[in-house]
Amino acid sequence: MELSTSILLTIALAPLVGCLLAGFFGRFIGRAGAHTVTILGVALACGLSIYVLYQLTAGGASIYNQNIYTWFEIGQYSAHVGFLIDRLTAMMMVVVTFVSLLVHIYTIGYMHEDPGYQRFFSYISLFTFSMLMLVMSNNFMQLFFGWEAVGLVSYLLIGFWFKRPTAIFANLKAFVVNRVGDFGFLLGIAGVLYFLGTLDYATAFSAAPTLVGKTLQITQNTHWDAATVICIFLFIGAMGKSAQVPLHVWLPDSMEGPTPISALIHAATMVTAGIFMVARMSPLFELSDTALSFVMVIGATGALFTGLIGIVQNDIKRVVAYSTLSQLGYMTVALGVSAYAGAVFHLMTHAFFKALLFLGAGSVIIAMHHEQDMRYMGGLRKYMPITWITMWIGSLALCGVPFFAGFYSKDAIIEAVGESHRWGHVYAYVCVMAGAFVTALYTFRQMYLTFHGKERFTVVHDHGHGHHVEHKDDHGHHEPGIMHETPHETPWVVTLPLILLAIPSIVIGAFAIKPLLYGEWFGSAIHVNEANNVLGELGKEFHSWLGMALHGFTQLPFLLVLTAFAIQTYIYLFNPSVADRIKNALKPIYSMLNHKYWFDAVYYIVFARGGMALGRALWKGGDAAVIDGVLVDGSAGLVDRIAGGVRRLQSGYLYHYAFAMILGLILLLGGYWLVGQ
Amino acid sequence: MITLAHFIVLGAVLFSIALASLFINRKNVIVLLMSIELMLLAVNINFVAFSRFLGDVAGQVFVFFILTVAAAETAIGLAILVLLFRNRSTINVAEIDSMKG
Repeated sequence: MELSTSILLTIALAPLVGCLLAGFFGRFIGRAGAHTVTILGVALACGLSIYVLYQLTAGGASIYNQNIYTWFEIGQYSAHVGFLIDRLTAMMMVVVTFVSLLVHIYTIGYMHEDPGYQRFFSYISLFTFSMLMLVMSNNFMQLFFGWEAVGLVSYLLIGFWFKRPTAIFANLKAFVVNRVGDFGFLLGIAGVLYFLGTLDYATAFSAAPTLVGKTLQITQNTHWDAATVICIFLFIGAMGKSAQVPLHVWLPDSMEGPTPISALIHAATMVTAGIFMVARMSPLFELSDTALSFVMVIGATGALFTGLIGIVQNDIKRVVAYSTLSQLGYMTVALGVSAYAGAVFHLMTHAFFKALLFLGAGSVIIAMHHEQDMRYMGGLRKYMPITWITMWIGSLALCGVPFFAGFYSKDAIIEAVGESHRWGHVYAYVCVMAGAFVTALYTFRQMYLTFHGKERFTVVHDHGHGHHVEHKDDHGHHEPGIMHETPHETPWVVTLPLILLAIPSIVIGAFAIKPLLYGEWFGSAIHVNEANNVLGELGKEFHSWLGMALHGFTQLPFLLVLTAFAIQTYIYLFNPSVADRIKNALKPIYSMLNHKYWFDAVYYIVFARGGMALGRALWKGGDAAVIDGVLVDGSAGLVDRIAGGVRRLQSGYLYHYAFAMILGLILLLGGYWLVGQ
Repeated sequence: MITLAHFIVLGAVLFSIALASLFINRKNVIVLLMSIELMLLAVNINFVAFSRFLGDVAGQVFVFFILTVAAAETAIGLAILVLLFRNRSTINVAEIDSMKG
């Protein structure tokens, strides 16, 4: 059976229609109209995506790969808009549209006071469209279009509250850092076109084996392996989009945006585009062990070291943001050991539980009237039980406690790294193992600071609701630790998505691990060389999800989580002063983590200031002095000076002109006569 | 015996005088017109002399043309002069320098 083109087009275009309606006619259709059309669009896309996934999995549909529209033709190359729908794509489509749908619903509650309500809905629908174009693409060109489009929407949404200078700084930073990655990505795509002569996935991947032995001449005697160059450049693109060290600096700052988009874009979907892209390009990456080692080391570094920063953060959203960086590191490590299916599996489970954690954090932020500092929270569990329970589910999934979704994907990654023999695997193994401990440390700290312990805020019922209304437009400028009304559970539009996300956060891992990791479910979508097939090795020992979970209780990762749990319980529930004493005892380390390893400071000094200095030098020296001073003004000045000299000859006296004529005549005749001689 | 050379020398002398007066004169535009007239006459003498010595009448016919054209030219020149005087109230050559760069 063949998937129908019209269904696929509807999936992609329904969110776009919603976006256009909410964006251009938001004033006419009003707030309710805006959220109705966008939610309908995304719900339609979500329903049809689930149908497509069902057809591909159980309905016996064949893989869909067709060009739908020719965008342009240049010489031998023509750019198409087309869809490649296999199980990998279908899974991504379901994850994207499902999380997007829940975030749309959640936004009704989170943004209900905001004057930019319609604009926000328009943006997130535009994001859904862009992300779908990215994952459904059947060629590199459309992938790049989607890649840039999600980057654009991310930029727009980080700077959604455009009156805040910090938000503008953050969105600019995200945009600039992503440009660095995109530059590499574009070079990678150019490499594919240069060596393989096509940008179509199917053609390029079938031609991929011809890359073996081809080299790119850099200098007279330096030849780089073509596959390695292409893969590393493509991965640099993924490093930008998926926030890998050292291009990770934009993601924590992106928390300046509203919480729903932190959940949708900066946790569940857009930042995983890089992971998806590498998994999709597995036939290329399999050709280069060097590139995969590079991927693995970068990922492992991110998995451990960004997680460490999360331990010292006080902003509830930033903890989750650093945890996202760390989890993206895990996915990248999985890519690096050729466990592409493991990376995509973790991508999926992570999308659910991390969206849940972000939306839960957002729910807390609503209840605390846009206070994000955990030092002024505590004891919230009795005020907001639904948020409390669902966030615990998300946290346990994140920590990888057996039976929760995160356990299956994370444990599979850790074991796959242990199984691998690629260069750098020892470092990667240490990093992911220690990362599991660190993950548990910051997660439990966050939960305890937010929901447990003493209340570190006071409720002052001064003049009722008036004060609150006055402050609604400049969130976060009130006095910390002072609340004007008791925190209460958020409305159903907020809690419903939490509950709907909590369900897959528990069950999806057990449900999906066998087919996804060990059952060849992805089929031809993911290609792994026999020699690199670590998941295949693991699959021999795998029997059932139940056995794996029970076995997990005795394994090192779980013991590390348990240790972290014990430590944090002691510190934050029984003896809070220990935290400060540890902080003081480990002053240098604390300072290093608090300054995020000085990445931002160094980038600021070297690139931002350096760029500014370079720009100033080019402006003053190059443009003002050379181009303007010498070329433009200089040539005009030269003409002016010559003309100024020549115009003295024009005395205006008739007899001067007559004299010149006679003189000329005499000279000409004299010359003629001389020549005649 | 008066030879062709005498005529040519006379023509050349007249032409040179005219030329010199063109340069030296700083006072009067009328003198300019007169010196141009003198140049034309010098040329006419050459024409007549060559015509006489070479036995070709065409030179003398040419002289008539030149005289006619010179008369017309002088008339126009004088008309311009009148207008010039009306506008500038002077015919002093040294003061007419509006073409100055």
